[in-house]
Amino acid sequence: MKLSVWTYEGPPHVGAIRVATGMEKVHLVLHAPQGDTYADLLFTMIERRNHRPPVTYTTFQARDLGSDTASLFKSACEDAYNRFKPDLLLVGASCTAELIQDDPGGLAEALGLPIPVVALELPSYQRKENFGADETFFQIVKKLAMPQPKTENISCNLIGPTALGFRHRDDVEELEKVLQKLGIEVNVVAPMGSNPADIRNLGAAHFNVLMYPETGESACRFLEKNLDQPYTKTVPIGVGALSQFVSEIEEVTGLTDLKNKVESRLPWYSASVDSTYLTGKRVFVFGDGSHVIAAAKIAADEIGFEVVGLGCFNREMARPVRTAAKSLGLEALITDDYLEVEAKISELAPELILGTQMERHIGKRLGIPCAVISAPVHVQDFPARYSPQMGPEGANVIFDTWVHPLVMGLEEHLLTMFREDFEFSDANGPSHHAAHQPKTIEKETIVEEASPQNGSSHVIWMSDAEKELRKIPFFVRGKAKRNTERYAVDKGVLEISIDTLYEAKAHYAR
Amino acid sequence: MPKDAPQLGCAQAPILKERGQHEVFCGLTSIVWLHRKMQDAFFLVVGSRTCAHLLQSAAGVMIFAEPRFATAILEETDLAGMADVHEELDRNVSLLLSRRPDIKRLFLVGSCPSEVIKLDLSTVAEKLSEKYFPNVNVINFSGSGIETTFTQGEDACLEAVIRSLPSSEKTQLAVLGALPDIVQDQMMRLLEQLGLKNVFVLPQVKFDDDVSIGKNTHFICVQPFLGASYEEMVRRGAKPISANFPFGAEGTTKWLWAIAERFGISKAKFDTVVAAPKLRAEQAVAAVADGLRGKSVFFFPDSQLEIPLARFLAAECGMELTEVGSPFIHKSLVHADLEDLPATTQISEGQDVDKQLDRVFDYSPDLTVCGLGLANPLESKGLSTKWAIELVFSPIHFYEQAADLASLFSRPLKRAELLKVGP
Repeated sequence: MKLSVWTYEGPPHVGAIRVATGMEKVHLVLHAPQGDTYADLLFTMIERRNHRPPVTYTTFQARDLGSDTASLFKSACEDAYNRFKPDLLLVGASCTAELIQDDPGGLAEALGLPIPVVALELPSYQRKENFGADETFFQIVKKLAMPQPKTENISCNLIGPTALGFRHRDDVEELEKVLQKLGIEVNVVAPMGSNPADIRNLGAAHFNVLMYPETGESACRFLEKNLDQPYTKTVPIGVGALSQFVSEIEEVTGLTDLKNKVESRLPWYSASVDSTYLTGKRVFVFGDGSHVIAAAKIAADEIGFEVVGLGCFNREMARPVRTAAKSLGLEALITDDYLEVEAKISELAPELILGTQMERHIGKRLGIPCAVISAPVHVQDFPARYSPQMGPEGANVIFDTWVHPLVMGLEEHLLTMFREDFEFSDANGPSHHAAHQPKTIEKETIVEEASPQNGSSHVIWMSDAEKELRKIPFFVRGKAKRNTERYAVDKGVLEISIDTLYEAKAHYAR
Repeated sequence: MPKDAPQLGCAQAPILKERGQHEVFCGLTSIVWLHRKMQDAFFLVVGSRTCAHLLQSAAGVMIFAEPRFATAILEETDLAGMADVHEELDRNVSLLLSRRPDIKRLFLVGSCPSEVIKLDLSTVAEKLSEKYFPNVNVINFSGSGIETTFTQGEDACLEAVIRSLPSSEKTQLAVLGALPDIVQDQMMRLLEQLGLKNVFVLPQVKFDDDVSIGKNTHFICVQPFLGASYEEMVRRGAKPISANFPFGAEGTTKWLWAIAERFGISKAKFDTVVAAPKLRAEQAVAAVADGLRGKSVFFFPDSQLEIPLARFLAAECGMELTEVGSPFIHKSLVHADLEDLPATTQISEGQDVDKQLDRVFDYSPDLTVCGLGLANPLESKGLSTKWAIELVFSPIHFYEQAADLASLFSRPLKRAELLKVGP
């Protein structure tokens, strides 16, 4: 039993629904009690889909349990087939139905429907949403995909995008543009946007682009083994990753000189002097494994941040995330316990969090800015505008998104210079944010009164040092306070004076 | 009021009873507002990852204040008997209470999986209550989807609370149902002005609030979904007061008058108290109702508020009712409102969502009240919709909210008119 406040992933059947909802001419019959239909609103509200997910929930009740839930399942299957006439039927059970062991696969098979039926095993008490999506798509591919003559021109499939995926809609569009520039045709995009006939036709492509290992890796492995289709291993998020991705394509296709065909603005934006202030800003990275690996690399190599911690919530990606952490001299935090992540962030006190919506809220509480890089998704993660993460435009979007929460370079200096100006105060937050709101001096004083003494350490701040600390802008004050206290404890200093403050500053200078 | 008043009375009308796919939340969802209402309470769901995911998704598509609810997620080891579930629960509860020493009431909430594996949470609750006495009171109820629909979770919770209350012979009025604070204050003011003393509300805000029930307790529900709580009150000897639910000027007046009558308050006194707010409400509703008069409305089943709200829309806003669906109909609670519905209204109970969708397209109503899973798909097919869940989360009861309630329905229609671009 595991005590959980917020979860990063839903149960595996939600993964199955993500695959079914992304596809066309597919219907899922889910053996489930009433209430499990809440999953529909994830798609209709968060993603603003204009169709109900193609899912029939059998809706068994307590009084059915003693009698016959199996026949309820059968009639639900028949009704769903007759009403929706899908080309492929998926059947499975949610957590409660798993306990009553009705065997949806066997029951559906016995109906003798004139379409293929895929029975899903979704172990609710062991696995989670990403597994459910990966497994569902793999089973569909295994059932339908078969060897095909390859297309005349070099082509690939884009594998992994689903409904309710983090920026999947725009990533697909961006990669289609990239591949067009490279002179490579896209055969099928799946699961999102495909139908069962497309899945049968997967084999016509020369290779696969694995966009999201979380949801498409099992299918890619199967296709590599059985249909002789190699797949790309690098997720093209970031300039370096994009370049590596293009190299992989050159290797697989034998094409050459592809690299200069895709360019992003990120390198110049990062190199321009305006970005100098980004140097060495301490960031904490958390999310799903693929996005975290990409983000850590961009942060360290392409923006010049210092990554002070990273981790992922999906255990399936623990190994590559640990490797990525190691290369940065860190130990990865692999956990789906939101409170553990919060404790870690609080301990590290980074200047910026690159995380999920959960970390955004942690950041709000701790007063640390956050840019969202990964699922779990929120309505804000489906912007009306084009906003990919992959490809050259993805790198542009990422540069803007990550820099936005920070106070801009010149403003940092001005805030320090005009510390006493009541209208130009750091407590107002970055001036380019909508929430920028000048506060009165009184309010500010009250807010700050308690801060220096509130530390958990046993050292005491002398009043002159405390006053000096308040002159430091808020976005670095926490770090200055922490560093000074740590320095004081290390040196056995019990009372922090102005000298201690500046000795610590010199000690931690970079 | 429409000129040709339609014939009223649906209490004896045939109800279309359906079963099939229910597009509704389970009872666990009630926790989303209950935990805000009971400030010293914590709700621990014993369930699956699905339960945790539902709570998180239903909670306004993610609220992130430190919540006073959590899920103890059952894992393979619990199900395979490799771990003693009771011990595990004990461990989780002590972990929770050590983190949150402010908790006075702990609700152990049953779910579909805990019901199916027949986890005896009531015995666990008793044992834990003994263990943590007198600091924490542990109460069990079920919010499982195999037994409860959406607002029935509050009903099950309240029923359990009532069962745990001490008895007394005091003459008093109990009002059943959680309300937003500001609305509850308005209600208490009105009751006080009527001269009522000894009024209390269930669920009580704090466990320490001095609350008891017995045969001199008179009670009235402020929400129509409290069927089990109603019955538990009757079992405890309390005397029910039946009335229309307090929506709109008319509903509120009838609700208050039923109380006044029971407590022997004169009509003259009553009129003095309600005259001003009633007039205010009527005028405010009239201004909004212009946009609703003559328009047709269809209710998908959701919160059990459907029948009283349909009465408000028909009687006070001049709307035409097509089908009014409710997940359950407690006739003893909604009798008065059913009687006030136009006789032509199709009342339905339960749901087969696919068939109901066919019907809504046949009716092609001006406004469809439905859950979040259906709203956007219906909008994309050209139907204007009102999210039913907003009716549960917004202040809509009593005089001062009457116009706000009407506005909730008129806004989607007004918006559809305003927009010069469409899907």
